[in-house]
This record gives sequence, structure tokens and C-alpha cells, in this order.
Amino acid sequence: MKLDRTSFLTITGVLGLALVLAVLNQVTAVGSALHVPTYVLALTGKYLCFAMLALAVDLVWGFAGILSLGHAAFFALGGYAMGMYLMRQIGTRGVYGNPNLPDFMVFLGWKELPWYWYGFEWFGFAMLMAILVPAVLAGVFGWLAFRSRVTGVYLSIITQALTYALLLAFFRNDMGFGGNNGMTDFKDILGFNVQADSTRSALLVVSALLLCGQFLLARFVVDSRFGKILIAVRDTESRTRFLGYRPESYKLVVWVLSAVMAGIGGALYVPQVGIINPSEFAPGNSIEAVIWVAVGGRGTLVGAILGAILVNFGKTWFTGALPEVWLYALGAMFIFVTLFLPRGVMGLFRARTAKEPEPEPPTVAAAHEVTG
Amino acid sequence: MHRLIALLLLMTLMLPASHAKADDAYEEIAASAQSISAANFDSVRRGIEELAVSDDPRAAVVIGALNDSLLFANEDHTLVIQQPDGTYVDARTGSPLPDLTDDDVKSVRVNNAVRSAIDAALGSLQLFAADAPKRLQAASAVFTSHDPAALPALDKALAKETNADVKRRMEQAKAAALLYSPDAGQSDKLAAVATLKARGDQDARSVLSTLAGETGPVAEAAGAAVVSIDRVLQIWSLAQSVYYGVSLGSVLLLAAAGLAITFGVMGVINMAHGEMVMIGAYTTFVVQQLMHTYLPSLYDISLLIAIPMAFLVSGGIGVAVERSLIRWLYGRPLETLLATWGLSLVLQQVVRSLFGANNRDVDTPGWMSGAFQLGGLNLTWNRMYIIVFAFLVVAALMAALRYTPLGLRMRAVTQNRRMAAAMGIRTPWIDALTFGLGSGVAGIAGVALSQIDNVSPNLGQGYIIDSFMVVVFGGVGNLWGTTLGALTLGIVNKFLEPIAGAVLGKIVVLVLLILFVQRNPRGMFPLKGRAVET
Repeated sequence: MKLDRTSFLTITGVLGLALVLAVLNQVTAVGSALHVPTYVLALTGKYLCFAMLALAVDLVWGFAGILSLGHAAFFALGGYAMGMYLMRQIGTRGVYGNPNLPDFMVFLGWKELPWYWYGFEWFGFAMLMAILVPAVLAGVFGWLAFRSRVTGVYLSIITQALTYALLLAFFRNDMGFGGNNGMTDFKDILGFNVQADSTRSALLVVSALLLCGQFLLARFVVDSRFGKILIAVRDTESRTRFLGYRPESYKLVVWVLSAVMAGIGGALYVPQVGIINPSEFAPGNSIEAVIWVAVGGRGTLVGAILGAILVNFGKTWFTGALPEVWLYALGAMFIFVTLFLPRGVMGLFRARTAKEPEPEPPTVAAAHEVTG
Repeated sequence: MHRLIALLLLMTLMLPASHAKADDAYEEIAASAQSISAANFDSVRRGIEELAVSDDPRAAVVIGALNDSLLFANEDHTLVIQQPDGTYVDARTGSPLPDLTDDDVKSVRVNNAVRSAIDAALGSLQLFAADAPKRLQAASAVFTSHDPAALPALDKALAKETNADVKRRMEQAKAAALLYSPDAGQSDKLAAVATLKARGDQDARSVLSTLAGETGPVAEAAGAAVVSIDRVLQIWSLAQSVYYGVSLGSVLLLAAAGLAITFGVMGVINMAHGEMVMIGAYTTFVVQQLMHTYLPSLYDISLLIAIPMAFLVSGGIGVAVERSLIRWLYGRPLETLLATWGLSLVLQQVVRSLFGANNRDVDTPGWMSGAFQLGGLNLTWNRMYIIVFAFLVVAALMAALRYTPLGLRMRAVTQNRRMAAAMGIRTPWIDALTFGLGSGVAGIAGVALSQIDNVSPNLGQGYIIDSFMVVVFGGVGNLWGTTLGALTLGIVNKFLEPIAGAVLGKIVVLVLLILFVQRNPRGMFPLKGRAVET
């Protein structure tokens, strides 16, 4: 695979940023001018996890025309798998000191670990679940949806209903996932203290590596023959079907892949943020993920990463400095980007320098659909 | 209670069936005041019971005085009542007796049996009260106690009763008392069972179910009646669930009606629809505040005034949004979705800045509060009004689309934009007005929802997903489908709630909906023709 210059820059940028931050945090002394405080590591790690979610959204929205308003559900499911592993690692150090049951279960008066918690004490199993659970959910959902040709806005709305249903479900205490409070107060990951600087640095570097891996995978998928057909499906689904392809199969494969990518992002997000709770399923989160992609530039992959980091950096800064203004800014960003920057920040950048052909804006099919 | 019944039993055996005159009653009570013995308490009790069923107009006063230990008797067996100022009046006539002093009189004493008789007598005297609600209450009290001692009073009251409602309740009370009366005939009891069966509610069931365990024809009839009442109650509870479902459905319908226009007819994915509802609710709040200050006399109808105001405010914002934002995005539904989502965030924040993040109180006018009973149904007025209002709104919307010139133009533009333009219709303005109409209807929904939900900046978010579900479920572009979809979802939700619990019920509904949309991507009533093809 030959890498274009933008992709190369992205990978070097992400890896370089993570490595420099991690090394500066580890090597320099606290108080030194070059020292990077640990919270910056956690924050950057969080951005990189969000970038994985954005990458996942861009893969389905930018290249297959599936606007998912429920992608944060896959992210959160991956997060819950990691959260369950971390809860089991607490062991007897919990408030109630129960070696088998997490605190919230003791609190609810449960006597035994529910069957679906079995195996989560092993890291490998938990990570397998962080991949499998989103994949299976996406597989079932996508198989049903794409086979019956639910497309466009209808699909968007039912993905939103999906994450909403999961939100309500995870709020229930009976589900055995900590209800409203979710899971928190984690101690160890693979035997290392999650709070320690060195663990944080390692997590940041792992996040950067995985993000780059996902990026290369996504790049490979969209550049392949498979990706070309996906783009054809995005632009005119019925024509692709008449040419003898089965759009539903292509969509399903990329949909499941995207869900897995989001799930991995979620799994890395939880140890760095230190909590997972049902609010991650809120429909608003999924829509925010879409705006990261829109800001960065839909269908560019690099833009998704850029958008996620930019918007979240803005969010951190705004909510700290001017909390009332953040919703105005976010709302205005949605409106401004859709009206004036249909290709996002990457569009601005490319208009000046790029030589490669730009993707056709995917509006033809969508226009037919509603105006009829 | 049992002792009282035993005593009463004894008494009924001892006394002839005919009613003693009120005179005898007075005499009996007065005489007992002279000495204390078990027999005397018996005669006081007897006197009270006779007095209670006599037509004596002062019976209530005398028994009331006895209850308050203010009844005395002098040596010539005249009953007197001590007044609050210490003087005495003749109990029988009420005429003052200024000469009487505390030394001349002895108080009429009571024991527990007499106190029970007083309570029962005061209860049955209420059966003769002047106003009907009091009589109704007394009859209900007798029904609940089903004390056979009340039978004579009930018979008398029934003979005099003219109000049909009260009479029926008294007959039911009599039936209940008869069932527990040991010397009532079998045929009377069977008739009583039939009366209670006809009443058919939870109270009647509990009266009958105690009997059902025994043997004999009466018990068998009672058992059968309990079964039949259970069936009736089950039907009522089913009807109640349907009502709750319709109530929830009407809320969904209100929230979705505007969306049926903007999304259903125009195809605009307006994620800020919920905020239009929220703005309608805040308009109600502002109208109420203004009227409270400037027009307090009309405060009761502030909601009626808020309806057109909310329509204008939300509709106006809708037109402005269409002209400034939506019109650039026609044919790009996914972009519209994102932009209107951004708009919804901005609108929420504007309202939060203007009114604060806390809930605002919107008053419920007097004519909308309270509840009433319809058969076995418990209905609250505000829910009732919202159901009626929801259907009125949809009917008005349908009529507007069908019969007004604007509606005609809207339909023309939807069906064939270029042809409509060629006919001289200004399609951009029709787009703006259609969007304004949908937003205005959302504002009207906000007026109704302000009565049952918290008026906060987040009000709209709670309805947006449900509204889209309703519109998609019902079939896009079809108001009938929206109506039926809303009612179906409401009823299914309310039927699932007792089985699965409120939250799980909602999840099940959402999952069912997702599956439904995947089976029928165009809803229950899909549009036919060329508009369908993607």
C-alpha cells in the first residue's frame, strides 16, 4: 500500500504527539518547564479515543452514505466491556471488600455474579468482548436494516432509537451494569495502577498506535476494490445494484467493521477517563461524533481525526473558560459547517493544495429520496 | 362491634317491630338519668335508636348533645341541653329554661354500648340530611360498615328519598346490610346479592367475598356474583389501560402532528422540532405571567389565549428558520438533520439564558384540574382535555390542508414542485409557510404539554425521538397514519407497562419499532406512486 502525503503526516503527527507527551511526562521532573502534567496525557488520550469513534463514523458516513446517529452506542459497549474487566480487577479493594462481586452488586444485595460477567476477569476475554459485542449488535442490526433496504433518514432515525433504547436499558439497575452510576473507582489494568503516570503514558501511546492502525486499515479498505464499490453504493445505490453488486453485503461488512473500530475506541477510553456510565449512550453524543466528522471533512478519514481533536479541544477550552457559550458555539458550528463548509476543514486545505480528485458530493441519491 | 350486634339482636327480639313514638324515646332517656344500672344504659340506647328513626326534627340536636355530654334531665323527666353559656334549653322544644340551675339536673350517662349507638344514630341521621351529597356520603358509609342496625333508618330514608343517585346508593347500602342481618329472609338476601352484583365495583366485591366462603344458596349466589364482578372489573381495568394509552397517544400525537407536516409533507428532518414545542410551552408561561399582571380577570382563560400566541411565536420562528437556514439545504436531508440539531442546541441555550435553567411553573386553570368517575374509570380533566385537544388540532390541520387555499398550494408544491411553480404558485413562500405551519402546530402542542410536563429548556428533547418514531411508524406524509401510529404506540406502551415495567416497556416498544421499520421501511400507510422511488 502506498501512502499519500496527508496520511503519512497524520500518522507521524498522532504518533509523534503521543510519544513526545508521554516521554516529557516520564523523563522531566514535576515543576520543570518542559514537564507535561498527567491530566494532559489523559485528555489527549481521550481525544485520540474520540478520534477512533470519528474514524468509524467517517467510514460508514463518508464512504457508504450511512449516517449513523447511534455510533456512540458501539463506543459505549466497548467501554462497558473494559469497565467490567477493570471492575473485576478491583477484587477485595472495593468498599465492601467482596472478592467476587463489584460494589454496586453488593449494594443491591446480589449474592452471585451474573453469568454474563463470567470471564471478564481475563483481559483477553474482555477485549474479545469489546470487539465481539459491538460486532454482533451491528451485525444483527445491519443485517435486518440493509436487507430490507432501510436507507437515508429512516436508517438514521432507527440508529438513534437503538442508542436511546440502550441508554434506557443501561440506566436500569437490574441489568447488572451499575445502573445510573455506571462503573468507576478502577484500580489496576494488567497489574499496573491506572492512576500512575507511567500507566497513563503507556495508555496514551497505545491509543495513538491503535488509532494509526485503524486509520491505516480504513485507508486500506477505502482504497481497495471493496471501497470503490462502497463509494458507488453511497452515490447511487440502485445503479450499483443494477450492475450486479449486492449493496447490502458491502454495507453490512463496513458497518460491522466500523462498529468494531468504535468499540475499540470505547475500550481504551474507559481506563483513561476512569468512568463509564449510561450517559455515553445519549443520542446527543452520537450526533456530536457526526459533527466532528463534518467539521474535519466527511469522507477524508484524516478529517475525522482532525475534527475530533479540534472540536473536543474547543469543547474543553470553552467549557472551562466560557461554559454558557459552549452550546452556542457547538450549535453554530453545526449550522456553519453544513451551510458553508460542506467539505469541512480538509476541504479548505485541499482547495489550496491538493491535486488528487475530490470525491463527488453525495447529494444526488439523497435529493431523490426526499423530494421525489 | 360484635357486642353491639349481640345487644341489638337482643333488643330487636325484645321490642315489638313497631316504632316507638319519639315521646317514649325522650321519656326513656330522661328516666335513665335518675339512676345508674345496666338496664338504664339499655334504655338510653333504645331511646337513641328510636329517636334516630323518628321524624323528630330535633333528634340530631339531642343525640349530638348526648355525644358531647351536654344532655341532662331534671326530676320530672324533662330532657334539657346545656348551652355553651351554661344555661339550659328544653331538649324537645328548644325553648329556653332560664330558671334551671346546675343543681336541678343530672347528666345522662353513657357507656361504650351507648356510644356505639350514638355513632350509628348520628350516621343514620345523616341519611336524612337536607343536602344530597351528605346523604350520599352517609349511604356510602353505611354500605362500607354494612351494619344491620342501620336497616330501619335506611328503610325510612329510602321511603323519603327523591334523588335517584342517592336512592340507588341507599338501596345498595340496604342490600349490604341485609346480607349481614341474621334474620333477613333468603329471598331478600338473594335479591341483595343481585343488587350488589349490579353495582359491580371493588367495594361490592369485598362485601360479597366474605359471604362467598360460606355454604348455602346465598353464599353460592354471592360466589357467582364475585366471579361476575371480577370479570366486569377486569373489563374496566382493560378500559382504563386503553384510556391511559389513548392519553399517552394523544400526547405523542400532539408532539408529532407538527412533525408530520415538516418531515412528513416537506421531508425536512427538523431536529429542532422539540424546541418549537418547548418555545410554545414558554410562550404559555409568558402569557400567564403577563395576564397575571395586566389582566387578572381573564387569568382563567390564559391557556386559550396562549394557544394562538404559541402558534404565532413558534410559527414565526419556523418561517424565519426556513428562510435563513432550511432553504439552503433542500435535497440534502442528512445535512438538514445536522444543521437543525445545531439549531436546537442554540435555541435551548437561548431559552436557558432568558429564563434560567430551572423549571418554570405554568398554572393549571381550575376548569382543567380535578378528576371524575365514569363507570369504573378514573379520569382526570387535564388528560381528558388534552385528548380532545389533540384530536381537534389534527382535525384542524387536516381541514387546513384540505380546504384552505394555502393547503391546496402546499399539496400542489409537495406533489409537483415545478408544475406548481408553472401555475404561478410562489413555491419558496409556500415552503416557508408550510414550515411555519408545522412549527406553529408544535408550539400549540407546547401549550398542552406545559400542563403535564416540566417547562424547562430540555422539554423538547424528550419528545423528539418519540415524534420521529410516530411519524415514521405511521407512514410519512400521512396525517391519518400519524394519528393511528401515535395511538397504537401509546396503547401498546401502556399495556406493556404493567407486564414489563415503565422503562423496560419503553425499550420493548423501541425495539419493536426498530423491527417494524425494518420490515416496513415506509411505515404502516406508505405513500404509493412515484414519490416512493428512491
